[in-house]
Amino acid sequence: MAAPPPDPQFVLRGTSAAVHTLHFSCGGQEPDVPVLFSGSENGLIHVWNLKTHRVDKALDGHGRKSVCWVETMDGKDRLLSQGRDQKICLWDLAEGRASVTDSVFTENVGFCRCSLLKVAEGRWLMAMAAKALDEVQVLELPSKTSVCTLKPEAGAKLGMPMCLKLWQINCGSQPLLLAGYENGSVVLWNLSMGKVLSQLFCHQEPVMSLDFDSEKAKGISGSSERVLSIWSLNEQQNLQVHTTHRLVNSGISDITIRPDKKILATAGWDHRIRVFGWKKMKPLAVLDYHTATVHCVSFSDHKNPSERLLAAGSKDHRISIWSIYTQT
Amino acid sequence: MATAVESALREALAGPAPGAAALCALRDALAAAGGEAAPGPRERERLGALLRSLAAAAAAGPEEPAGPWRSCFAEAPPGLALSALLGALGEPRGAAPRAGAGLRALLEELERLVRGRLAAVLGELCQPRGAAELGAGLLGAVVALPERLSSGLQGGLQGGLPALFLPQNYFPLLAAAIVEALHEVAAALRGGSDCSISFLSHVLGKVCVRGRQKEILSVLVPRLADLTKSDCIWQRICWRLVECVPDRCMEAVVLGFVQRAPGADVLSRLLGNLVVKNKHAQFVVTQKFFLLQYGYTVLQELLETWSSSSAVKHSPPEQQEYISKAILICLSHLKDSEIESCRQELLTSMMEGVKCHLDSSLPQIRRLGMIVAESISSKINTDGPVLKFQYEEDDEARELKSLLVQAPSFCVPSVPDDSRKEKADAALPSASESNGKSHTAAAHVVSDEESDTELDSDDDLTPYDMSEDKELKTKAPVYIRDCIEVLTGSEDVDKWEATVKALESLVRKNPAATREVSVELAKILLHLEEKTCIEGFAELRQRAQVAVLTVDPIPVAQYLTSQFYSLNYSLRQRMDILDVLVLAARELSCPKVHGKTKHVEKPCVQLLPASDSSKDWRRIVDERIKSKTRRFAKGPSQVQVASGPNEFNSVAGHFFFPLLQNFDRPLSTFDLLGEDHFVLGRLVHTLAVLLYLAVNTTAVTAMGKALMEFVWALRFHTDSYVRQGLLSCISSMLLSVPAEHLLNNMTEELLETQSWLGDVVEKDPDGDCRRLALQNLLLMENLKKKLNKTVPS
Repeated sequence: MAAPPPDPQFVLRGTSAAVHTLHFSCGGQEPDVPVLFSGSENGLIHVWNLKTHRVDKALDGHGRKSVCWVETMDGKDRLLSQGRDQKICLWDLAEGRASVTDSVFTENVGFCRCSLLKVAEGRWLMAMAAKALDEVQVLELPSKTSVCTLKPEAGAKLGMPMCLKLWQINCGSQPLLLAGYENGSVVLWNLSMGKVLSQLFCHQEPVMSLDFDSEKAKGISGSSERVLSIWSLNEQQNLQVHTTHRLVNSGISDITIRPDKKILATAGWDHRIRVFGWKKMKPLAVLDYHTATVHCVSFSDHKNPSERLLAAGSKDHRISIWSIYTQT
Repeated sequence: MATAVESALREALAGPAPGAAALCALRDALAAAGGEAAPGPRERERLGALLRSLAAAAAAGPEEPAGPWRSCFAEAPPGLALSALLGALGEPRGAAPRAGAGLRALLEELERLVRGRLAAVLGELCQPRGAAELGAGLLGAVVALPERLSSGLQGGLQGGLPALFLPQNYFPLLAAAIVEALHEVAAALRGGSDCSISFLSHVLGKVCVRGRQKEILSVLVPRLADLTKSDCIWQRICWRLVECVPDRCMEAVVLGFVQRAPGADVLSRLLGNLVVKNKHAQFVVTQKFFLLQYGYTVLQELLETWSSSSAVKHSPPEQQEYISKAILICLSHLKDSEIESCRQELLTSMMEGVKCHLDSSLPQIRRLGMIVAESISSKINTDGPVLKFQYEEDDEARELKSLLVQAPSFCVPSVPDDSRKEKADAALPSASESNGKSHTAAAHVVSDEESDTELDSDDDLTPYDMSEDKELKTKAPVYIRDCIEVLTGSEDVDKWEATVKALESLVRKNPAATREVSVELAKILLHLEEKTCIEGFAELRQRAQVAVLTVDPIPVAQYLTSQFYSLNYSLRQRMDILDVLVLAARELSCPKVHGKTKHVEKPCVQLLPASDSSKDWRRIVDERIKSKTRRFAKGPSQVQVASGPNEFNSVAGHFFFPLLQNFDRPLSTFDLLGEDHFVLGRLVHTLAVLLYLAVNTTAVTAMGKALMEFVWALRFHTDSYVRQGLLSCISSMLLSVPAEHLLNNMTEELLETQSWLGDVVEKDPDGDCRRLALQNLLLMENLKKKLNKTVPS
């Protein structure tokens, strides 16, 4: 008899709004306290101290509009946040400060979360949905210069971009962008040419979330349907469906592969978090704690693998923190 | 020997008071004569006179007379002795009764006589030559002995009457004496001689008619039942005994027999073919308590009553229940061959009966009709399809149905039961074994699979138990428009169910979005039929309807009221409209906390468990009337309820007036004044509640006036449910419309109504109507008093 699924290690309450995004910052050295950033529907970004399990700070920079994405740039002192107020803010959190130092007006009205990739020391690329509904814009940070605008061919009918993933095969190589679109397809973009490298029609419904493992050249995407689609990128830079995994309940709002590429977690509309082995898509656990749709899942970046955590944010205002498969 | 008695008598009667010697001689002569050679009429007369004078002397004297007078009584023919003693004891005394020793001696003598020779008294009178003139006197004496004694000796005796003469002791004794006398009769019959037991029958009849059936028959019936078991002479005696009961006592006797007989077979053994022979008994048994005599004619008559619509309309429910029960019992006794012969008639009357029962506006009568019809149909269609109705299975229904099964013969089939149990026991282990086996087999398979996957996989991750990962119930839509889509077109049953369940809260949460589509939504809900079996579907639908109506009252009320009189709606839909209007009006008129739709009590719980809401309606109206009545007496109530603007004020008219418009215009499918009187009843009740809820609104006076006219038009309606509604309307009007307005604008109407109410109180066949009318009259009185107080004239 398999062991019953674990309970959450702890639960963070107090956002008083649905939680839409989570980001850990736990890689710092000792005196640094591991923190978790959460962005919620009421426009606040909470900085959770993972030692005390309390809110250290609540950042209000999006005019009470939902925060849909948070990401740090080099440690926990610089934070990027994207809100439904069509702004992306850069926060300076060093030495107790909490001020927006820079911001980008996206003019995009969609829900598409941005994607950040560090391409060199002090240089980042950020992909975001642009003003035109079907376009994706890539900026260089911190200069905010536009690198390219990825516009589908006329008649491609991709619809709006729904989720983005910037990646590169290894440091210094050409960055690529994977984008999931409203029509259910995943498209691989070449940034320098602004061209579609490959398009894979893998869902009937808009792609809600995707993640990609550049080592294995394999990615996974989920939609409102009842399947997860696993696809791979071959030598010719062509996307092809590898396999699909049928779920018990339909609807996936977020997918994250753990940085060590061993397991992945999905946030389900059925209130459940599912954990799979990434190699074979072996179902490992179904974590049933939340009482409403789970919006986001995130793995921590602890240096010590045994401390690694999984966090999930839900519409029920709670963030559940799990310690699962930490020994492998 | 008679001469010896005669001469002794002559001697004893010679003086004013018989001497002791004469009495001794008489006693000896009597003893010598014994019981067998009864004296001739003249001797009897003389003996009677003597005994009477003896008894009178004893009763009158303070001392017990000396001499062997007591033994004279003991030796005299028991009948004579008894009547003489009773005559003396029962004589009404003028002044203070003298409780002499003589009196006590008389009583003692009487007690001895009753104890020992009552059977002889009776037996004497069973002889064919039993003196008729004596019989008449004795009959009264025997039957009324306890009463006569107690009234004759009222307080005249210290220590009271001997216990023997209390009715509860005397009558069983009398019963035993009757049995004994019957024994004698039986012996005489066996001996070939003739006997008449009409005296006994008369005794029995009189005792029963005096209400002593319990005492006498509880002894008599079991004994007779026992005796008649195998003996045909006894059976004949018993039949004769009942047959000869005078007609006016027949009912009491038969009723007693029926109540005491342990079963139908015993009863039929005791009564024989009495029912056929005796017209009166026939009437009693078949018409008055047609229990257990199960000729087809009885059933036919019952069914005739049952299926007559006027009987259903005009007789009280209790009687109808009784008739239904009797029908069921009759049915249970009908044999297959009998059914065969009368199937057609049964079918006809069943059809008629079920029609007029289902027509009734009282739920309990509808249900009675259903149960009886089901039973008849199952009896006459042994193989074909049978009727099946939907009704609540409660104790009453079960009781009714249990009548269909003939009372079992009380032998529990223990052996087969045991063996079955054993079998079950035997079957159980094998089943569990096999279960166990299949389980282990399944487990094997699973573990095989698992090991397979594990072998296949190079992941070293062990999965947790995922058996709890079941499919989630379908999510309800989150937008009103989605709901409309699902309810109108969706084939997905789960989604449809979830929508129906979520709709009410969705509507209440999104009033603005609801207003955009309110009428459309109301229309969909009105036509919504139960697709799947959802628990409480009707209530869910109703709550959603109420929510829509409260969120957007005017257009939706206009729509609903217009639909009430439209073509092509079912009665259910029309009644839904009424219910929804009432519930919404209630909600709107309730003060709300901070403008939020937080109602004090859930409306549906109180008002409508759909099936028999009529009771609730009435109860609510009653409660209101009650509470209001008290208020008038005590002055304004002290409790401050949450206050807020009455939202019903601005919309009350839209709820109310359209309902009044078309009630007298029959449609092809809907005729309120005709056969759809049940809906009319609901309509009238609805109007009453709406008017009640409109208290303190500006439109209330106009509403009251309109309702008054409506009530006036319908006041002689034949259906009691409608009349009850009308009376509730009057109550609402008296309570809601301000008193000044009532008096200024509706004086005439009020006076007319008052006289009508008076009529109802006196003449209405329905008890509830009478009660309501009386309450209304009281309300009017209160109103008058109140006005007198405020405007002293």
